[in-house]
Amino acid sequence: MFKSLKILAAAGALAGSLTMATTAQAADTIKVGILHSLSGTMAISETALKDVMLFLIDEQNKKGGLLGKQIEPVVVDPASDWPLFAEKARELIEQHKVDVVFGNWTSVSRKSVLPVFEELNGMLFYPVQYEGEESSRNIFYTGAAPNQQAIPAVEYLMSEDGGEAKRWVLAGTDYVYPRTTNKILEAFLKAKGVPASDIMINYTPFGHSDWQTIVSDIKKFAAAGKKTAVVSTINGDANVPFYKELANQGIKAEDIPVVAFSVGEEELAGIDTGPLVGHLAAWNYFMSVDDDTNSDVISKWHAFIGDDARVFNDPMEAHYIGFNMWVQAVEQAGTTNIDAVRQAMYGQEVKNLTGGPAVMNVNHPLSKPVLIGEIQDDGQFATVWETDGVVVGDAWSDFIPESAKLTADWTYPWVCGNCEKPKHLTN
Amino acid sequence: MASSRTRGALRPDCRAVLVGLGLLMTALLLALAPAHAQSLDDTFAAAVQALDARKFSGKAEAVEALGALDDDRAISVLEAFADGRLYRRKADKLVFIGTRDDKTYILTNPVDGTEIGTVASRAVKRIVANNKLRGQIRGVLGQLALFSADPDTRRAAAENVIASPSDDSLPLLKRARDRETDAGVRATLETGIAMLELASDDRDLRLAAVAALADRSDPAIKSALEQRLLANDEGGFVEPDAEIRATVQAAVEDIEDRLALFGLAENLIFGLSLGSVLLLAAIGLAITFGVMGVINMAYGEMIMLGAYTTFLVQEIFRSSLPPEVFGWYVAAAIPAAFLVAAGFGVLIERGCIRFLYGRPLETLLATWGVSLILQQLVRSLFGANNREVANPDWISGAVSLGGGVSITLNRVYIIIFSLVVVVALAAFIRHSRFGLQMRAVTQNRGMASAMGIRTGRVDALTFALGSGIAGVAGVALSQISNVSPNLGQNFIVDSFMVVVFGGVGSLWGTIVGAFSLGIVNKFLEPVSGAILGKVVVLVIIILFIQKRPRGLFALKGRAAEA
Repeated sequence: MFKSLKILAAAGALAGSLTMATTAQAADTIKVGILHSLSGTMAISETALKDVMLFLIDEQNKKGGLLGKQIEPVVVDPASDWPLFAEKARELIEQHKVDVVFGNWTSVSRKSVLPVFEELNGMLFYPVQYEGEESSRNIFYTGAAPNQQAIPAVEYLMSEDGGEAKRWVLAGTDYVYPRTTNKILEAFLKAKGVPASDIMINYTPFGHSDWQTIVSDIKKFAAAGKKTAVVSTINGDANVPFYKELANQGIKAEDIPVVAFSVGEEELAGIDTGPLVGHLAAWNYFMSVDDDTNSDVISKWHAFIGDDARVFNDPMEAHYIGFNMWVQAVEQAGTTNIDAVRQAMYGQEVKNLTGGPAVMNVNHPLSKPVLIGEIQDDGQFATVWETDGVVVGDAWSDFIPESAKLTADWTYPWVCGNCEKPKHLTN
Repeated sequence: MASSRTRGALRPDCRAVLVGLGLLMTALLLALAPAHAQSLDDTFAAAVQALDARKFSGKAEAVEALGALDDDRAISVLEAFADGRLYRRKADKLVFIGTRDDKTYILTNPVDGTEIGTVASRAVKRIVANNKLRGQIRGVLGQLALFSADPDTRRAAAENVIASPSDDSLPLLKRARDRETDAGVRATLETGIAMLELASDDRDLRLAAVAALADRSDPAIKSALEQRLLANDEGGFVEPDAEIRATVQAAVEDIEDRLALFGLAENLIFGLSLGSVLLLAAIGLAITFGVMGVINMAYGEMIMLGAYTTFLVQEIFRSSLPPEVFGWYVAAAIPAAFLVAAGFGVLIERGCIRFLYGRPLETLLATWGVSLILQQLVRSLFGANNREVANPDWISGAVSLGGGVSITLNRVYIIIFSLVVVVALAAFIRHSRFGLQMRAVTQNRGMASAMGIRTGRVDALTFALGSGIAGVAGVALSQISNVSPNLGQNFIVDSFMVVVFGGVGSLWGTIVGAFSLGIVNKFLEPVSGAILGKVVVLVIIILFIQKRPRGLFALKGRAAEA
């Protein structure tokens, strides 16, 4: 209680100073809201996203801004506190009158701001992989949908190159993203003919650190003579003791590979990666990808942040794509009016950092390539597999019966995020 | 000057070798078709070069071919490939073994083991292996190593071959068994042979194999036996003979019984291990909260400071001491963490808590604020990211207890360490002069003061002692947990739980409380899952506190009233 009061007071003070700062500025700027936690448990992941937004805005301003105006970032700190996310989102739209917001990491924080953006008709770019089963008119999902990350990863492990896994451990942290992803994966595996006895599902609390029992269970589960793989939706922090326990109990990636959806370069920066070599991650981007645009953006990023050791990861690439797409849509629409920009977003194409295109779809997730990488001892990933072209993001999974019949399409005649029939409405 | 001279001296050399090698390769490729008159070196070099295939399937064939050469040099090349130390030089596409040296690579010729020279990291590209290849390489290396001179290498090799069995491994294992002199390795080989012979066409061999496996306690053997009992596609059983099926069934049941016992032992050991972590985290709190009665919400941050001190000590060892002593940074971190955390403890006590004695609610709020300040301080100094604290070699790995039960070494050390800390602390409180003063002040402050004890000083030192021990706990916890600004928060609730459950003010209660909570948790976890297990433990504690508000070991007398 007192914690939230204190944070409220601090937030109030911060908001006050920001308002003062913005009124002092010339009125003729385009305002971009940045809604990422700079304190609390999620600061570890989200601070870098705030930095990358400032970097992108700085780059754009150097090119002469947008529509002849300078872009002005408005940074707020929702402090890893989910209800505070909603308050901060309201503050950004109502008080600061921002034209667009880039923000959020956890799905629960996105669920918390969603009603605010819908009520006030705002526009949010959400840069992190998500569980799908949602499409909002006011949110563009630039991270991966399950069919752009989880499903290809499992397909890879089933393939000959991936080791032809037959038994599956779905291990996750207990919250909305792992629960939904595992539901989809379970349905997918069963559709592929994996019997229920060959699937083990396990949930642990946030920040779980005592993995002895679970790793020992995985070992026993894998001793059944069939190739076993672990699909991990374990959230950030708890991964380190999990991998450490795996390594210490002598489980190598060749025996039981672990494919993770929440472990990227930023998370690996705090880990002794020696014992992790060979474990996998599925993303739409790896910093190690050999591409000219990629190395160009990374060197500019290093120059901006003044530290050559800083990494560039998948959600940061998602912001890179999202921001550039929004810039293009604004230029095309000739205005920052939310409805006009939204219409201009559809079909908008940006070159992604792995050499292919990224296209915004009418259901609001992107079309992106999928990459599978193995962790190397230097904390980077080596790409071992990638899709031939781009994969169209699926807002509603085909593998959950009640979702399979739903369509998300925000253009006429649907104009709907979860419909079974076209609505023929425009509002 | 010196460096430029060396480089100058190396370059022509290096170029000569390169040109030579290039010529050699071309000659070799041309000479490949007529298979006669090849020298061993050429075949080997070509086989190494073939590892740089574009597709993983091509690489797999190359690994197989290299293993089949029966050449000792293949071992180091394959090891380098599996470890990701094999590189292609972009200029001439030749394959070398590379050793990273900051931003450059020292290249070694895989054929004759000579050093070629140093190149920039951009001039080479790593030849990537994937899990499947690494598994295959391990199998090939295992076959080569089955005949090594060192019994430990042979045992590891035998285990590797058994872990990924194929029909070709049977003659290999038999050949190895016949030459084996070490009894332990021989037994491992016999097990592997028996597991493969379960599927033999010869009925007697199958029967003998079942008999050989019946007295083992290994989940892998159990599932190998169970495979024989399954129905096959033609409506019969995998094992056609009914008599053998009955023997297998009996063997499986025997193994199951033994594994159940091992399972109990495993839960007990895991429980002790979790208990020791809880004990370490709670023991400092047992002093500040249990003995002094101060509710210190910044206690977790003392653990966190200890962990960050470990990180700093590690960095000092890494940067300015020889690598041989690096493994001992953990030992050096213990006193350092104690001093740092104790120092902060004194600051907090003198600067804040001493004005609030006897006002628990205000203390709680004030120390909560201190904890936020400390977290943000660390976040500003070290960044929000986790810091990497490496396990030294002597702490890594696991001890196998048989029956598929193993406990990791870091946990073993923590069990021992926590007991040492508790015993040392108990002895200190019981037998030292300061311990006597401490007990006097907590039992009757006024009387102690009248006897000439400077109670303020004792308060500060007691608080420093509790905080210091939290710092020491941080050293141990840095080995199994994340070193992040939030480290302390993860342990504070558990610590309070242990102290309240064990009985406020009783060291003995803290020990029993920590271990019983750990064991109960670990017995619940396999049944109910990690999340429900935690909930059940909390419910048990709540019910227990209803019944015995003062915990397991309630202190009697005036001290408890304070």
